[in-house]
Amino acid sequence: MALIGIGIVGLLAAAFGTGSTAPAVSFWISMGGLTTGAAILFRAYLRRPAGVDNNGVWFSSATARGMAGWILGIVFTGFYVVLYWAPANLEHLVRMTDPLSHMIRGRAADRWFLYGFFYTMAVLVMGARMLVKYRSNPYQIVRTISVMFFQLGFAFLIPGLLLMFNQPEYYFSYFWPLKYDYLWPGSIDYLSNASALGVFMVFWGTVMFFVATPILTYFFGKRWYCSWVCGCGGLAETAGDPFRHLSDKSLAAWKIERWMVHGVLVFIVGVTALLWGNSATGGSWLGSLSGPFAQTYGFFIGLIFAGVIGVGFYPIMGSRVWCRFGCPMAATLGLLQRHFSRFRITTNGGQCISCGNCSTYCEMGIDVRWYAQRGQNIIRSSCVGCGMCATVCPRGVLKLENGPRRGRYNGPILTHHDQVSVQIDDAWIQSRPLNPPAQEDIPILTDRDVAGMF
Amino acid sequence: MTKHVIIIGNGITGVTAARHIRKHSNHRITVISGETDHFYARTALMYIYMGHMRYHDTKPYEDAFWAKNSIDLLRGFVTRVDTDARQVHLGGGRTLQYDALLLATGSQSNFFNWPGQDLDAVQGLYGIPDLVTMERWTQGITRGVVVGGGLIGVEMAEMLHARHIPVTFLVREQSYMDYLLPAEESAMINQEIRRNGIDLRLATQLQEILPDENGRARAAATDQGEEIPCEFVGITAGVHPNIDVARESGIESGRGILVNRFFETSAPNVYAAGDCVEFREDGIGSRRIEQLWYTGRKHAKTVARTICGWHTAYDKGVFFNSAKFFTLEYQTYGDIKPNRDPTVRTFLWQDTGRLLRIDYVANDGRVVGFNLLGIRFRHDRCEHWLLQGATIDTVLDNLGDAQFDEEFTRDLRRAAMAQS
Repeated sequence: MALIGIGIVGLLAAAFGTGSTAPAVSFWISMGGLTTGAAILFRAYLRRPAGVDNNGVWFSSATARGMAGWILGIVFTGFYVVLYWAPANLEHLVRMTDPLSHMIRGRAADRWFLYGFFYTMAVLVMGARMLVKYRSNPYQIVRTISVMFFQLGFAFLIPGLLLMFNQPEYYFSYFWPLKYDYLWPGSIDYLSNASALGVFMVFWGTVMFFVATPILTYFFGKRWYCSWVCGCGGLAETAGDPFRHLSDKSLAAWKIERWMVHGVLVFIVGVTALLWGNSATGGSWLGSLSGPFAQTYGFFIGLIFAGVIGVGFYPIMGSRVWCRFGCPMAATLGLLQRHFSRFRITTNGGQCISCGNCSTYCEMGIDVRWYAQRGQNIIRSSCVGCGMCATVCPRGVLKLENGPRRGRYNGPILTHHDQVSVQIDDAWIQSRPLNPPAQEDIPILTDRDVAGMF
Repeated sequence: MTKHVIIIGNGITGVTAARHIRKHSNHRITVISGETDHFYARTALMYIYMGHMRYHDTKPYEDAFWAKNSIDLLRGFVTRVDTDARQVHLGGGRTLQYDALLLATGSQSNFFNWPGQDLDAVQGLYGIPDLVTMERWTQGITRGVVVGGGLIGVEMAEMLHARHIPVTFLVREQSYMDYLLPAEESAMINQEIRRNGIDLRLATQLQEILPDENGRARAAATDQGEEIPCEFVGITAGVHPNIDVARESGIESGRGILVNRFFETSAPNVYAAGDCVEFREDGIGSRRIEQLWYTGRKHAKTVARTICGWHTAYDKGVFFNSAKFFTLEYQTYGDIKPNRDPTVRTFLWQDTGRLLRIDYVANDGRVVGFNLLGIRFRHDRCEHWLLQGATIDTVLDNLGDAQFDEEFTRDLRRAAMAQS
């Protein structure tokens, strides 16, 4: 704790001046203090037997929307507000990262480098916490190493090195429609004319979205991206892990989610089509409007939603607000996952005891228990495949699987996901005794069914 | 004809019955509970105390669900049923008329007349009221004693441990749950309990609970002549059927409310299901009294059909159960006895924190049951093997098909074969 305190003081000192006067010293004191302090804190996990370690999550002020949680939320949000609207205040902090920026990018730091640096540090340090906290679970370990790798390499080092070699700054781990402008005519023109590598970037972006995305999602579900590669997901899965249970599980939240996230997707597809139409017609559709139009979208969705609410509100609304309500990539992957994928979370027969750990710890706000207690597989477009429901289940009821599509939807599909069928008239009841429903919800599989399943 | 079905008890049995009656019919359904307004998962009590979940999170259905499905919920204690007039009497002189009545009154904690069992800070763990008192009695204490080596005992030990309260765990048996589990499983669980810092005392019984000057427990005396200072005593020596209402109403009861294979009691149009029942004959269930979450749910589905006009006998199916002892998960399928008779052989594989046992008939190799610790198996698969009479060779050759552990777990078949 003392070391974290030193780190925070060092950071504040840097922000108020020492970052400019003594960047290297400030950098090492603040970052050294924070990381070693965190490492010592995380050792507490190692002193306990490996397993689900959620004791006291709802008692801690920081993780149960108490005073500490609100303060954290205000600090995170405040950082984004300053970053976007009052960057001059970050000047000294930016200078603190100059030495590092020179090393990686061959040029002085700017606020976006500072942001990328903090972001990557958060993923790496909190990723280390994930690795000790969930050390008993191989899936969580492999997945966490993956998000740490992609954040450090693809979203931090490679874009920096590209700048060093005078190439366009490009994030190979982000695609349209999340990076909405990667398929806009302006960007494509710019990249294609920049260099041979730029042409490859255009090719990469196009192929990744139109070819690789559907194929990978077909085989592995949305998780290949959302909880293994994506930087937003990476931060949510590491720094956001202490807050995952704060997502809203209500039916009402699900309804809002569906409208919002698909609304954003429709909007981006519309804007992209419009820009291409505009470009094809030589600018006659939008005239001089196309620039401001794109900027406005970028401001509202890219900045306010993804940053301020998406990350700033971690301690209040959980770690996946952006991914759940706003991310157009998640919406696209979700549609593919729902309809063209082999991925599902299998429910293990009748083993569910309805305890609710799965739903509570679902960062996407899916009421996992609703399906599990009916013996039904979970196939939801929003599921990012983090696997935490399966990890926290005390009865081993859930398993993430990429099985064949046959038999993927199983169990008692009733009239609608959220209710048992109701209001049946007497005459209908009278007609039923001759043909009663199957007694158990759990089907006994025949040999042939089973043979195809594994 | 639309009937009025009254269900007493909103636990897993009462609520599952209500949901299934609603699925099959448009009967009027009233669920009465004295404990809570809404159904919550009793299995999650421990997680509320440990801070994993809030009470709200343990409710499997949103509060609006019940009205949407026209299931009326009524908060109140039923004192007695008039089976001739078909009336349910609630406290305060209120009565309700039924066409069919389901008693799903669950069970109650066992107290074996220990001296001092009525002191303050001595309690069982069955429902929300117990959780409330446990919260109160365990504030700032230096030690808790848990008495009784069943599943709830381990849960209570884990609960206290999660709040950093030292625990002494008194278990009557020579080894934890050795009346149900073979020696290896039992030993592994003993070890797991101790590894988590619990002071486990095997072959030790509670003699007496000693009071302080305020009438609160101050120590537990054991039959080993030891006095263990503590400020809280958890009694987890099993449960018995709650037959209070049935007895008051002249409905025939033994240890539980007596029912036949259709869950019919001695009174017309009165059914009983779940923890509170005792089957009139052997062979209807796995035992005369079945007190598991899963059996409650299954009883309810069956009786819901009978109430809706399809007279349906209980089919106990292939037995299964599961539990978790601290970090160690347990699953069982079929029939595993602690002491095998000579016609049954066993395949046993153990690794750090993992155990797989498959019992099979010696002469034809037919598999009769699975025990698993630290390994997850597929319910469908095991049930299929047991129903089909698969042999031990078939099962071992296809072990990987049954494995349900998370991805990237080492293939069990290879691991087991490498060793055996």
